[in-house]
Amino acid sequence: MSVGMEQQRRAMTGGRRGPIRDAVFFLVLGGLSSCFVLLIVLLLAADLSFTSSAAFAAALRKPEIQAAFRLTILTCTLAAVLSVWVATPLGYLLSRFRFPGSRIVDVIVDIPIVLPPLVLGLSLLILFHQPFPLTQFFGGGGANSAGLETSTGRPAGWILENWMEDSLGLPVTYRWPAVVLAQFAVSCAFAVRTMRVTFDQINPRAEDVARTLGCTRGQAFLQVALPQAWRGILTAGTISWARALGEFGPILVFAGATRFRTEVLSTSVFLELSVGQLDAAVAVSLMMVLMAVAVLLFLRWLGAGMST
Amino acid sequence: MIELADVSVRSGDYLLEGISFQVQAGAYAVLMGRTGIGKTTLLEAICGLRRVLRGRVLLGGVDVTVWSPADRRIGYMPQDLALFPTMTVQQHLEFAQRLQGASQAAMAACVRELAELLEIGHLLQRGVRGLSGGEAQRVALGRALAARPALLLLDEPISALDAETRQSARLMLKNLNRQTGVTVLHVTHDREDAELLGDVCLQLERASSGRVQAACAGGAA
Repeated sequence: MSVGMEQQRRAMTGGRRGPIRDAVFFLVLGGLSSCFVLLIVLLLAADLSFTSSAAFAAALRKPEIQAAFRLTILTCTLAAVLSVWVATPLGYLLSRFRFPGSRIVDVIVDIPIVLPPLVLGLSLLILFHQPFPLTQFFGGGGANSAGLETSTGRPAGWILENWMEDSLGLPVTYRWPAVVLAQFAVSCAFAVRTMRVTFDQINPRAEDVARTLGCTRGQAFLQVALPQAWRGILTAGTISWARALGEFGPILVFAGATRFRTEVLSTSVFLELSVGQLDAAVAVSLMMVLMAVAVLLFLRWLGAGMST
Repeated sequence: MIELADVSVRSGDYLLEGISFQVQAGAYAVLMGRTGIGKTTLLEAICGLRRVLRGRVLLGGVDVTVWSPADRRIGYMPQDLALFPTMTVQQHLEFAQRLQGASQAAMAACVRELAELLEIGHLLQRGVRGLSGGEAQRVALGRALAARPALLLLDEPISALDAETRQSARLMLKNLNRQTGVTVLHVTHDREDAELLGDVCLQLERASSGRVQAACAGGAA
């Protein structure tokens, strides 16, 4: 058999095997992929089958759940607004400039993403109640507006929680501002990532040109870069909001789970479970699933807009 | 007049050292050089977007080396044009005037004048996303000219255009230089551009010592 004929035979048999190989490939691909999709669908189906619409409605009529719902909306929105407010300039800074320590800042910003949630809550608690180093050497006797703690048996020094309460009249720990701060600490990290990617995708030369036309750096940012980043800002806000909605560990440690005071939907699930109210816990969980799905659909819509 | 005196500028690891040349006011100068030799880096240094390590940049005899880009009155048209995607063509033409605090009447007159000069009157209300290459280039030119610059820096302005559009673009650029009297420094690696447009032709080339130098390749620099 000539070399040419052998090649032709191989090509022909290979051609017949091609569809079979592709079928195997798609079977493996589909099989592995469907495992995860199936898991999520089964989880949701299990939740739905566990509760009835009557139990769901009854749970939602409970005043403590309604209060938790209102507090969730308020704190998530505040955390998202604060996150976008901080993440927009920080994302721009990290995207556009290389400065001494920029890599370190980049790593620091990501820490809340990888930190165990309980550790983050504990760190917040310590930050607000531990006297700041060396501050015991400044200021004198008596608790004062600077938050210096001199009570017997406790180290003197500047304590953030005392200062917030005495000077600003805004106590934080175990109150609703602690919920916002715990949510913000995590959601802002996600917002910064989003804003950085957003500004990476915007041509920096347009800002350069704006500067040659008479803009300061600030004007170039506000008039040229920021208007192009509006979808990224919306995405960052939405991701922050969704992230804040799911936050639990830091809230439990730093804000506690007090009914009508610091209870948000994630802590509601925990509280209802702890008192054996499984129906109510599942109802609140389903409510959170609906909110998460709404956020995801909004994000998909934003993504579709970006790609066009 | 633009004058560079022993200018050194860095772009990453790449160093342009000791670049000197001058171009008379109102002239159309073409700066040539092979790809990657530092033509864009040099333009960025001239308009203040890149720090000059050594030497001086003089505009009309005034040392502007440490001036901010906003204060130099240099129009810059980068190779990718860098139009503002959220603005209409009219907003592009108004951008510099607005920053200078021009009145509505002055701004409208400026837009009218530039739209006529560049033949983009029919595009004023359009966004920039759907513009053709030639149209986008004229909008970018108009945006730069609206600031009434003393010097216009063009970074390969017609290299991305098709042959037919290139010819009309060359004509437009030359007419622009004659009508407005603005000094032009046009970067290209196309010898035809240099021959057809340049009153002065400068060549960035690497000397045997390894240093990049600017040499006068034609015309009266």
